Order: sequence, then structure tokens, then C-alpha cells
Amino acid sequence: MDATTPIIDAQDLSKTFGSFVAVNNISFSVFPGEVFGFLGPNGAGKTTTMKMIQCVSPKSGGSLKVFGREAGIYQRSIKKRLGVVPQETNLDTEFTCFENLLVYSRYFGIPKQEATGRIEELLRFVQLEEKRDVLIERLSGGMKRRLVLARALINNPDLLVLDEPTIGLDPQARHLIWEKLKVLQAQGNTIVFTTHYLEEAERLCNRLVIMDEGKILVEGSPADLVSGHVGSDIVEAEHTPEVIACIENMGVSYEVFGDMVQIFTDNPREVAKSLFDTCNPGHVFARRGSLEDVFLKLTGRALKD
Amino acid sequence: MAQSVYIPRLTRGALKVWRRNWDVFFKTYQVNFLPPFIEPILYLLAIGFGLGMFVGEIDGVPYVEFIAPALVAISIMNSAFFECTYSSFVRMYYQKTFDAMIATPLALDEVIAGELLWGATRSFIYSSVMLAVLIAFGVVDLPLSLFILPFSFLAGLLFAGIAMCFTAITPGIDALNYPSFLFITPMFLFSGTFFPLDVLPGGLQIFARGFLPLTQVVTVTRSLTLSDLSPYFLYSIGWISVLTVLFFFVSIHLMKRRLIV
Ligand SMILES: Nc1ncnc2c1ncn2[C@@H]1O[C@H](COP(=O)(O)OP(=O)(O)O)[C@@H](O)[C@H]1O
Ligand SMILES: [Mg+2]
Repeated sequence: MDATTPIIDAQDLSKTFGSFVAVNNISFSVFPGEVFGFLGPNGAGKTTTMKMIQCVSPKSGGSLKVFGREAGIYQRSIKKRLGVVPQETNLDTEFTCFENLLVYSRYFGIPKQEATGRIEELLRFVQLEEKRDVLIERLSGGMKRRLVLARALINNPDLLVLDEPTIGLDPQARHLIWEKLKVLQAQGNTIVFTTHYLEEAERLCNRLVIMDEGKILVEGSPADLVSGHVGSDIVEAEHTPEVIACIENMGVSYEVFGDMVQIFTDNPREVAKSLFDTCNPGHVFARRGSLEDVFLKLTGRALKD
Repeated sequence: MAQSVYIPRLTRGALKVWRRNWDVFFKTYQVNFLPPFIEPILYLLAIGFGLGMFVGEIDGVPYVEFIAPALVAISIMNSAFFECTYSSFVRMYYQKTFDAMIATPLALDEVIAGELLWGATRSFIYSSVMLAVLIAFGVVDLPLSLFILPFSFLAGLLFAGIAMCFTAITPGIDALNYPSFLFITPMFLFSGTFFPLDVLPGGLQIFARGFLPLTQVVTVTRSLTLSDLSPYFLYSIGWISVLTVLFFFVSIHLMKRRLIV
């Protein structure tokens, strides 16, 4: 498979539950070696999309190919080559870390000898070699997530699908997972993941889509999305009639969010300066634009729950 | 699509699922082996010998020997039924074990088939332990009673399939109390277990012989432990075989309907 054949190719993909449309005609392609993100608030349809890619949930419409094969038909051969980190941690609580991976390796038909070596290696990779013989219930949330990541790598997958890999973790534990994902990315792995943490998407993705209510709003690299939709920087000022009048005069694009006015610009210094010079703006605050701003601009809502 | 709904995709994958449950069982064998050991002793002492003092004989058989095969049958029923209702439900709903499994090359058909085989295996394990106790008490005939070992797997598979159907349609774990109380408990009492079916009113008798799985299982185990193979024996074996196959596939189908959405 060359770099131009997509690992995942979705065209007008949709999914309905009864009359409810969870995924609404989305199209995207993921290419070898890419880290591709799905950013969106809860309920956007990210998990539903991942489950279709994992061949565990049939699509309702459109087409979905993974490794060039129809996902609804070639489940077994596709699943053989996938590594999956589900949103909900589903380790076997009765088993130790080592046993969890061993039992999982059997599902892939990996011979025990080979599996054992690979498990030791993976436990080292996720820094759990000291917890090798410890029961799952004794692990912290971050450790469990890392073990699930190790489990997803047991079959040397050609595609990693991670659904909210750092959900519910404290910042330190999240950084550790990001570190591991960075290593995997550097090794050339193709990774698809979902998140509702903006920082995670900005740090890890080569390319991402922002999803909301089952639809893809935009697609692109984090930097392109920010510069294309909000400009590289944002100047915030208090929302007063004078400020608005003044901004209107300046002829720049802006948006009102509650008691704040946001001006999208590639020239924050100049904008801030003319605000101070001409309109008595009170507090003025300049910062880099972020994916959060893109989302806010597109939906009028914040990304966080 | 439509096709994959009806034809279960079964490979040796089911054995890997079975093996996972086996491994868990033997990790906690200390708690798992005591009940099947203690339970028959209690029943034998209290009902067999205690109550038996007053009952004396039934159809020329000492009461304790009359209920001994019923105890085995009940243990076959209970171990598979409770494994494939409450325990399977916990794995499916709370522990998300099935989700973890179907993210691998395993298909859901294999996961459920593995669960069913495991339920039957539990019946086999528990009834074997129980049989050993009964042999030790000298209340069952040898060597015919040893045929209970392979039979327990077949009958266990029947109860596993029935149980899995309930698991597939139950809204939550508490609702599983309904089949336990309305299906298992009446069977426990009215399947020719502690008194012969003949004493029941005619209608109930026909119902028990025609529709209650435990009746068939008791008929078989009793024929074996008393070395008395009546025509009912063959009828019951046939009945059990047909329904085992039926419930095996129906339960897989219902589970797929529940979980593949
Ligand atoms: N099995 C299901 N039955 C009915 N609705 C569902 C089911 N799974 C998900 N949904 C609905 O689909 C929408 C998208 O869910 P999901 O894909 O889990 O979102 P996300 O992962 O982005 O938070 C939600 O509104 C959710 O309630
Ligand atoms: Mg989700």
C-alpha cells in the first residue's frame, strides 16, 4: 500500500439509531503514517464513528473502507490488523497486567512464546514492568489507560484507533500517554483518535476534523484551521457599545461572546494599539488563536462539557 | 448483512473465550469449589436422611436415593443458568468484556458460543464434584452413574442457552430475578425432584413432562443413578438434544440483536 492509498476512506458515512442520526454523512480519509484526530464535544458522534471503523457497528449509509476493504464485510481480516483503545477501559479485573495481555494475545491467535516476549516489551514501553504481576484493581487510572494502550499494540497493528485515550486522567497521566503516542507516531504508525480535549488535538494531530452533532464542521491541520478560521491571534476586549462602534470603524472581523468581544486578526499588536488609542476599551487581552476558538466560532458554543 | 445475522460464524475462537472464563474460574477456585461440595452434603443430610426418615421409600426406592439424582440435575441447572444470566450479564454490561473481545478478530457469535460452552463446563465441573460426594455416600449406582459426566455437559448447554436468551432481552440485572424466581424455582420444586410427578394433577403432570427442562434432566439422571432405563429416558435425551441446539442458536441470534447496533 503506497502513501496515496488511504488506510481509512469514508464517503458520506452515516449512522442512525432508530430515527436519531448520530453520524450524518461524513467523509474523510486517513493516510499511512498520519495521526488523525476527531475533535468534538460529547455526543458529537466520535465514538459511533470509531465503532464503525472497528467493524463492530454496522454503518447505516455511505461507504467505509479500511485498508482498502469494505468494513461491513471484511470484519475479521480488518480487525486482525487493528489496535483499539476503547473509550471505556475494559480490562479483565480478575487478571494481572501480564495475564490481561496474554489472554488478549490469544484472541489474535498469537503463539504463547511470541506473545510472552512481546508482552514484556510492551509493559516496558508503557512503563508498567513493575506492575507486571499486579491485579488491575490496584492500578491508577493512568496506569490502566497505559495498559489498554499496550493491549492495543499486542498484534503489531497497522492502524491504531484510540477513543478518548486520556479521558478522565490528571494532567500528569495525560502527558505520559501523549509521550507514548508521540513515540508511536515517530515510528510511522497510523493513528486515529478522538478527543474533546483541545490541547490533545493540537499537540498530536497532523490533521483533524472537528465534529458536532454528527457532522464534520471543518478539516485540516491544527495550524491551518486556526489561521483559516480565526486568524493566528485573538484580541479580546470588554463588550461595551463604544468598543463595538470603534471596532466597526476599524473594519476588522469580530464576534461577541457574552461580555467579551473577540477580534480575529493576524496583527494583534496593531489591533490592540488602535483599540487603546481610540476607544477606551478597559481590559484588552491578546493571545494565540486555538482550536477552541475555531469551534466556538463555528458553533457558538464552547467545546467543554 | 442479513445473512450474517442468521448464520453464526463459529470457529475455534469460541474456545479462546471459553478459556478466558476457565482461567478466571481457576484463579479463584478456592471460592468456586466449596459450594458444590458442601451443598449436596447439606441436602443429603437434611432432606435425604432427615425427611427420608418419615417418607421411607418412593416406588420401592429409599428416599435418599430418590433425591440424589435430582440434586445432580438441580446443580446442572443452577450452575449453567446462573453463569449465563448474572455472570454473563456482568461481563457484558458492567465489565465490557464482550466489547474488548469483539475488538479483536473474534466475532460476537464466537464470544456468545464461548460463554455457552463455559456455562456447560460449569455444570460439568459442579455436577462432577457432586457426583463424587454422592458416590462417597453410596447413594448412586455404579457404573451407570458415570454417564452423568458427559450428560451434564449436554444438559448444561441447554440451560446455558435458555439463560443467555434471558440475558439478551433483560433490561437490567435486577430483571433477571424474574426468570430465577418464576422459572428456576418452580422447576426446582415441580420437576419430579423431591416427589414423583404422579402425585401432581393430570394437567400439571403433562406440563412438567412436556415443557419443563429440569423434568427431562431429572428423568435422565435418575435413570442412570438407579440403573433403570425406562422409555422416558430416550424421550428425555431427545427432548434435551433438540432444545439444546435450538436455544444455542436462538440465544446467539438474540445477543447479536442486542449488541450489534
Ligand atoms: N446504541 C445507541 N443507541 C442510541 N443512541 C446512541 C447509541 N450510541 C450512541 N448514541 C447517541 O449518538 C450520539 C453520538 O454518540 P457518541 O458517538 O458516543 O458521541 P461522542 O463519542 O462524540 O461523545 C449521542 O447522542 C448518543 O446518545
Ligand atoms: Mg465518545
